[in-house]
Amino acid sequence: MQRLSRVVIRFAGDSGDGMQLTGDRFTQETAAFGNDLSTLPNFPAEIRAPAGTLPGVSSFQLHFADHDIITPGDHPDVLVAMNPAALKANMGDLEPGATIIVNTDEFTKRALTKVGYTQSPLEDGSLTKYSVHQVPLTSMTTEALTEIRESGELGKKEAERAKNMFALGLLSWLYHRPTEGTLTFLQQKFAHNPVLAAANIKAFEAGWAYGETTEAFEVSYEVAPAPMPSGTYRNITGNTALAYGLITAAQRAELPLFLGAYPITPASDILHELARQKRFGVRTFQAEDEIAAVGAAIGASYGGSLAVTTSSGPGIALKAEAVGLGIMLELPLVICNIQRAGPSTGMPTKTEQADLLQAMFGRNGEAPLPIIAPQSPADCFYAAIDAARIALTYRTPVMLLSDGYLANGAEPWLLPDMTELPDLRVEFAQTPAEGQEFLPYQRDPDTLARPWAIPGTTGLEHRIGGLEKQDGTGNISYDPMNHDHMVRTRAAKVDGVHVDDLEVDDPTGNARVLALGWGSTYGPIAAAVRALREQGHEIARAHLRHLNPFPANLGDVLARYDKVIIPEMNLGQLATLIRAKYLVDVVSYDKVRGLPFPSTELAAVFRGALLDLGVAA
Amino acid sequence: MTDTVDLGLPSLRDVPKTRVPQKAGDFKTDQEVRWCPGCGDYAILAAVQGFLPSLGVARENIVFVSGIGCSSRFPYYVQTYGMHSIHGRAPAIATGLSVSRPDLSVWVVTGDGDALSIGGNHLIHALRRNVNLKILLFNNQIYGLTKGQYSPTSEPGKVTKSTPLGSLDYPFNPLSLAIGADATFVARSIDSDRKHLTSVLQAAAAHEGTALVEIYQNCNIFNDGAFDAVKDSSVRDANTLALQDGEPLLTADGKRGVIRDEHGGLRLVDEPNLHDVIRHDATLDDSSYAYSLSRLDSQVTPIGVFRAVERPSYDALMAEQLATATSTAGPDELRKLLHGPNTWTVD
Ligand code: SF4
Repeated sequence: MQRLSRVVIRFAGDSGDGMQLTGDRFTQETAAFGNDLSTLPNFPAEIRAPAGTLPGVSSFQLHFADHDIITPGDHPDVLVAMNPAALKANMGDLEPGATIIVNTDEFTKRALTKVGYTQSPLEDGSLTKYSVHQVPLTSMTTEALTEIRESGELGKKEAERAKNMFALGLLSWLYHRPTEGTLTFLQQKFAHNPVLAAANIKAFEAGWAYGETTEAFEVSYEVAPAPMPSGTYRNITGNTALAYGLITAAQRAELPLFLGAYPITPASDILHELARQKRFGVRTFQAEDEIAAVGAAIGASYGGSLAVTTSSGPGIALKAEAVGLGIMLELPLVICNIQRAGPSTGMPTKTEQADLLQAMFGRNGEAPLPIIAPQSPADCFYAAIDAARIALTYRTPVMLLSDGYLANGAEPWLLPDMTELPDLRVEFAQTPAEGQEFLPYQRDPDTLARPWAIPGTTGLEHRIGGLEKQDGTGNISYDPMNHDHMVRTRAAKVDGVHVDDLEVDDPTGNARVLALGWGSTYGPIAAAVRALREQGHEIARAHLRHLNPFPANLGDVLARYDKVIIPEMNLGQLATLIRAKYLVDVVSYDKVRGLPFPSTELAAVFRGALLDLGVAA
Repeated sequence: MTDTVDLGLPSLRDVPKTRVPQKAGDFKTDQEVRWCPGCGDYAILAAVQGFLPSLGVARENIVFVSGIGCSSRFPYYVQTYGMHSIHGRAPAIATGLSVSRPDLSVWVVTGDGDALSIGGNHLIHALRRNVNLKILLFNNQIYGLTKGQYSPTSEPGKVTKSTPLGSLDYPFNPLSLAIGADATFVARSIDSDRKHLTSVLQAAAAHEGTALVEIYQNCNIFNDGAFDAVKDSSVRDANTLALQDGEPLLTADGKRGVIRDEHGGLRLVDEPNLHDVIRHDATLDDSSYAYSLSRLDSQVTPIGVFRAVERPSYDALMAEQLATATSTAGPDELRKLLHGPNTWTVD
């Protein structure tokens, strides 16, 4: 047995091979074992892309370690390739010495030709740089299931389909993962079909036994649990954390939660999750389209619910006019954009953060709204609560920008102390005292929020709408001075939203280069900065949670550094905003490949910046 | 001062009743009404303000939601809660409000362009879901607010600013569309017939689920006289078919009547044998009858309630699901949710 400090495993196969499930199970086992971890699912948009083709390859990458990690890893140490397509599609990410486990049963002439191999890579010597394990996963699985098959209740196809569990069993043995969780999971998943449950469990055990009893694998590995802050943990994906954050916010605000949503990748899982949680008084409304989804949310907000709409870029574009209405009505609304690669339909299952300027400016007229971005899967929980806080306190639509990488990626989450969750209660407007006039647009002097006057309250009958309002009364007004005043007031309200100061991670205080990011680039940026510091370099790092308004100290922070580098998965959108607002000529490093940055790439970029300044050799 | 009582109106079951009787004047606002003089909207506003007190529900529990267009100014003039929203989206906004607040009586005011063109999708989906909304569709067969383009209910060949050579569009029949979308309540009335309009509004208000009321509304500026055939006293009796449950389908002058045709549909015939004339029944479950009625439009205009059938409202179904689900929640439910089944502890 060999001890390792960290391992990156990638399971890759056909989209019908169950790779996401396999990866997810391995993740759960790893979480239960106590390693720190980070995951990266990567799958095609097609539900079942043509079998055996490159576009049909689905993969799940997991990075786990005996120490704190923040990215899913750049290069897999182990690639499990269920077919030639999976091997071909993922080879490019391997470094020499990596381990490849291939399912030889699928390396038929036909399957090889389909992806353009004229000769089998298993035989032509092209894989000599790697440590290759040829395992007939499919046939060994069906063999292990002979007995069950003889009962006549399990077909050949079904037996073969359990090969992912054989692979999981093998990998679980190889890395000493606890198995109880997977066994219970399979029992539950196939509770309705005991034969399938038995088959999958048998395949899983056979994979484990194969590792243990054959000598194909000389060593097994151990990755010790990571020393993590004490407390209770669970593993969580960004979309689940976001859904839980919304429920928690509603509970803490003592308001019913209303979600208006239209299915769209990669946001639909939030709708699915909330639809399961009706016991918290959650109303989910699957609308006829994106506009109806936000419209219904506005209606629910008017009625006094904590209202939310979730979508991705194309859907957010459709919602724009209604969001403008929300800004005019000055009602609380949380809009979650789980960004994906655009423009237009783009690459629905691939990640990107190119909707920042859409969030800032994508509406007619001067229509500002607060923007908030989570930085990791578990952080989606806190970002959702913060978005709700701002929406409720300032009576405004708030845009939360997550992305596909955060949505589907998972990490251990140190569960919050329930007593420390913020109090989000707000007051509805009350029936005015005798002789007092109710003014729907009279503002709170601190927050500039207008009263939340919900129907059903005696004496507050009033009319609101998308036409410009007279200050105070809310009556329709075309008065030039009033319009100018109202536009500036709405802007001042958003500018005045209280956000925490930006924290800068600059251990010595002597760094001259600042790496600044927002959203899901947190992991790769922090990992790159950490790597450079381990090499003795000084570099500062900061991550923006609030994109509008920016933290009050941002200008001062920017001024402290000779060079500010902003890596983004877009063509420099944050950089554009910062240049415009602070007149600081930041360096933009941008890539739009539909994938998160490898941290090694960012480390090289940051090192280059240090070299330019002559502070690194 | 309000409390909830059973008014015997299924759609208002959960809406608090007013203790102080209200008058039409209680529903007037201080806003100056800004429709063109002579516009049919005035008559509809007066009819609505006159009828609302009869509902007996608290004024603060009534909400009018509108979209964009001349008719959509309506909420500003009714002393209830109101929202003048964006083009076509009123049914969607009202849906979110209605399902989350069963204690409100929610009304949508819309026009032919708002409801059938830009907002067509929301209309049909509200109807199929049977959300507890009362939708008043002011049909003037023209775009008024944008100054006179043809609408999705304008007749083919109509010459307007945007169709100088005549419109090529084939129009929607709003009621056929609604019935096709499985609407549970469909009716038609006329702006100038206050008595009839009031009775239809009352039937709509009582209906649980979506009630669609098409109101023929004269736009005297851009499409004056569009409904003269059913308004002009010299011809109206020959052209209208008053729908009354249990009564034979005869034009007001008694000269024409509706019989079954050989394909099971409806046919308008002259001087019918009274024995063959069909008696109206809005409660028929099979919507083909109401649909056939709506298709008589090219020859005669049926006025009244075409269809009124019972089907649980979307609101009621959602409330039921929610009540069942919330009853299972324990005191420590949120912590249990966040923790989930698989946690581990680090000391
Ligand atoms: S344009 Fe026509 S519909 Fe609009 S207010 Fe004037 S008369 Fe009425």
